[in-house]
Amino acid sequence: MTDLANAESTEVPVPPTTRKDWSSNQEVRWCPGCGDYSILAAVQMLMPDLGVRRESTVFLSGIGCAARFPYYMNTYGMHSIHGRAPAIATGLATTRPDLDVWVVTGDGDSLSIGGNHLIHALRRNVDITILLFNNQIYGLTKGQYSPTSEVAKVTKSTPFGSLEQPFNPLSLALGAEASFVARTHDMDRKHMMETFRRAHAHRGASFVEIYQNCNVFNDGAFEGITGKDHRVDMLIPLVHGEPIRFGAEGEHGVVLHRDGSVEVVEVADLGELALLVHDEHRENPGLAFQLSRLSRGPHEPTPIGVFRDVERPEYGAQMAQQIEEATDRRGKGDLDALLRSGSSWTVE
Amino acid sequence: MSDTTTDPKPHQQLHRVVIRFAGDSGDGMQLTGDRFTTTSALWGNDLATFPDFPAEIRAPAGTLAGVSAFQVHISDHDISTPGDSPNVLVAMNPAALKANLAILPKGAAIIVNVDAFEERNLAKADYETNPLEDGSLSAYTVYEVPMTSITTEVCKDAGVKPRDAERSKNFFALGLISWLYTRPIEVTIGWIGEKYAGKPLVMEANLRAFKAGYHFGETAELFESSYGVKPAVLEPGEYVNITGNTATAWGLIAASVRSGLPLFLGTYPITPASDILHELSKHKQFGVRTFQAEDEISGIGAALGAAFGGALGVTTTSGPGLDLKSEMMGLAISLELPLVIIDVQRGGPSTGLPTKTEQADLLHAMYGRHGEAPLPIVAARTPSHCFEVTVEAVRLAVKYRTPVIVLSDGYLANGTEPWRLPDMDGLPTIEPDFAAGPNHTDADGQAVFWPYVRDEQTLARPWAPPGVPGLEHRIGGLEKADGSGNVSYDGVNHEKMTRLRAAKIAGIAHDIPPTDVDGEDGAEVLVIGWGSTYGAIAAGVERIRARGYKVDQAHLVHLNPFPADLGKVLGRYRRVLVPEVNTGQLSRLLRAEYLVDAISFTQVEGVPFRAEAMEAAILRQIEGVAAGSPGDPGVDGMATSHGKASD
Ligand code: SF4
Repeated sequence: MTDLANAESTEVPVPPTTRKDWSSNQEVRWCPGCGDYSILAAVQMLMPDLGVRRESTVFLSGIGCAARFPYYMNTYGMHSIHGRAPAIATGLATTRPDLDVWVVTGDGDSLSIGGNHLIHALRRNVDITILLFNNQIYGLTKGQYSPTSEVAKVTKSTPFGSLEQPFNPLSLALGAEASFVARTHDMDRKHMMETFRRAHAHRGASFVEIYQNCNVFNDGAFEGITGKDHRVDMLIPLVHGEPIRFGAEGEHGVVLHRDGSVEVVEVADLGELALLVHDEHRENPGLAFQLSRLSRGPHEPTPIGVFRDVERPEYGAQMAQQIEEATDRRGKGDLDALLRSGSSWTVE
Repeated sequence: MSDTTTDPKPHQQLHRVVIRFAGDSGDGMQLTGDRFTTTSALWGNDLATFPDFPAEIRAPAGTLAGVSAFQVHISDHDISTPGDSPNVLVAMNPAALKANLAILPKGAAIIVNVDAFEERNLAKADYETNPLEDGSLSAYTVYEVPMTSITTEVCKDAGVKPRDAERSKNFFALGLISWLYTRPIEVTIGWIGEKYAGKPLVMEANLRAFKAGYHFGETAELFESSYGVKPAVLEPGEYVNITGNTATAWGLIAASVRSGLPLFLGTYPITPASDILHELSKHKQFGVRTFQAEDEISGIGAALGAAFGGALGVTTTSGPGLDLKSEMMGLAISLELPLVIIDVQRGGPSTGLPTKTEQADLLHAMYGRHGEAPLPIVAARTPSHCFEVTVEAVRLAVKYRTPVIVLSDGYLANGTEPWRLPDMDGLPTIEPDFAAGPNHTDADGQAVFWPYVRDEQTLARPWAPPGVPGLEHRIGGLEKADGSGNVSYDGVNHEKMTRLRAAKIAGIAHDIPPTDVDGEDGAEVLVIGWGSTYGAIAAGVERIRARGYKVDQAHLVHLNPFPADLGKVLGRYRRVLVPEVNTGQLSRLLRAEYLVDAISFTQVEGVPFRAEAMEAAILRQIEGVAAGSPGDPGVDGMATSHGKASD
């Protein structure tokens, strides 16, 4: 029996690598100044740290600017069709538990055409790491509004403004039973690397939203919160076990009200003890959901970091376990026995 | 035979008999037919079955829309169809009688559950008068049997409530027919005991009903004689009775074992393909992974992802699902990865006739993708043939790194026939032959791996699942440069790649058997078909030959590419007749490919052809040749004589 999944020799230590080892020889073709470059750099720089093998790493994508990502990684990769990468990843990850499977997608790719595959991959808790580049616009097709574009957004396809309520990607992921949900942004390499590291370490489906600037069709969409001068007052770093607070002096904080809602307050007004202590591992996703909606858009203080990280059985492992149990119970499959499993008769 | 009592009634031997069990969907007719079939198979008859059930899970009880039927043809010799016309109709209610009367030849026997012929049921079936009383059935032999009342009566002292007891009346019918055709009863009794072991009351009721039916036949004054159908002389070997869907599932498992590739099925439930999923999900000890996806696209997408990882990726579907999978098939063609797509065809377009058979997806399979996107197509011709064809599809997919479509249909999927178990060592070898190392030297003299370097003979590219150091590569749906596989927008390269992909598929013609012609010297008419029309065509050809005429039959398993010699074969005949359960799809392909004046003979009534209609259609061609007239002129010069028209 060919057993690729177990072919990898685990004894041989992973040889040390550098960023260069993880970069393919293909010329990177995003628009100059695109946020995708810094995300690519963060991933390529993180890889040597993860202690993983290039040959056991796969990047999968659908269609869109972000979807070019696999071509630039010197790993196995597939640039597939629009929205379908989570489905393809499901087949790959469940048959090859030995692989690290990454899905790179965008807001159009996985919240519009591929929405169904995204939510179901999260629900099943397939062992994949999903990086969603959210630039709130269609880039590759040259500037139509996306499912994360704000209401009234004027684009090529909405000259009078978009009428549509946008998706909140984190709320959606949490509603889809995701076991790992995080947010980061393209202006902070360190934060990206740390967030990706956590997402990679999580067993099951990890979902990371990355605020990404499309400097051609939606320039500055996140500038008001991710810009160097704004960050300190507009980004709320979530740290497990710590009170949620931000600002140069930690003067702002987040409190939980009795009705379950959360709010940004001044620490001086309510005192440090009133602040909500972040708990990534809370079974109930309710509070993470509230935090995901603390900000109504990238113009208000917005939490970043890991919102939720809980343990839940991983789909491929469970599938493998059923196979193992069936084999233990009935013995390894025997074709002759299978063909005779109904009533057979013999003609002399 | 049973050891109950000696049969006092006369006994006659028959060569063959066609029985049709019909009742309300809730009456358990499929089960009844299935049990009768199993017993007959074990008895040694050759047989063919045709389950015919409504799309609605439960149409209102007693209505015409809710009638479910199961036809079985048993014989003491080799047969190929479930029979044109039933010799016996078992009708559990007025609707079942009405819905099936049209196909019943005069003189046939009708056994009715007379208890069900009361006012309410007659009204539901739109009968103004009781057909049992108004003389409208005078051309038939009608047996009125109070099935419901006897069943409730015999269950009375078993503690079964009358309402529950009534539900066992199908076992009464089974018992009665088992007596009438001298079936051994031990098999059924044993089966009831096993099946209902957990429900002692149901078991008791069914047993009592079954035995009561059997004894009723023996003792009641109604039946003058019982009949026997001797075992058929079949080739020696071990047999099972098998449906097309089971044969397909087993073929996939066999191909997985044979190739050493772990089987991954990504699929979405759809009639009439779901049973393949059900069957495969039972056999996890073979390492089978079944994934019930969120939709059809995800089903094939996951299968393709598994194939990328080095598994045997398979998806199963029916027409509407095939539409949805088209884009992913295009990707698989572009990625040149092995993938098997099983399309169990049903009536279309759109939702169409979900439970009725049709073979109208051939052109979809052939052309239903954007761009130049050829892939191999194979089709099964009988239920058991699904096994062999599935294995062949896997062979082609793996060897040529391509998606392959298997065409089955509702008739094959649910129909059964005895299948002589094949020798597993006789199955073709399927060698994954994964890439093991670099296959190209780059400009710097470095040994590198190029994903689109082709095998000179097959034109297949290397299959290099992740996990092997040095073979890291990226592939995608964008056009690739010949060899390196890097993204290429170059027009000349695109032309080259388009022709390479086409040549790879076309080349398969030399890797498949030549056209299999069942021929006689001097025949001037060839009947050529594909898929589930095989049985009906064979039966029609047999009738024609029995009348002393000559006719040849060919049945295509490979529909793309066609066997290399097909053009020559077609050229040998004055007339080429192409019967299909569509409006002429293979005939169009043959005309386009070989400039042959293929004469189309078609019907789309949701049921297989009848041997009688086939016989008439063939005869017309033979007579046409004799008269020296050209082929049937049809609309716009296309010869399209229709099944109905020739009856
Ligand atoms: S269009 Fe926008 S997202 Fe796409 S590459 Fe250019 S800047 Fe980046």
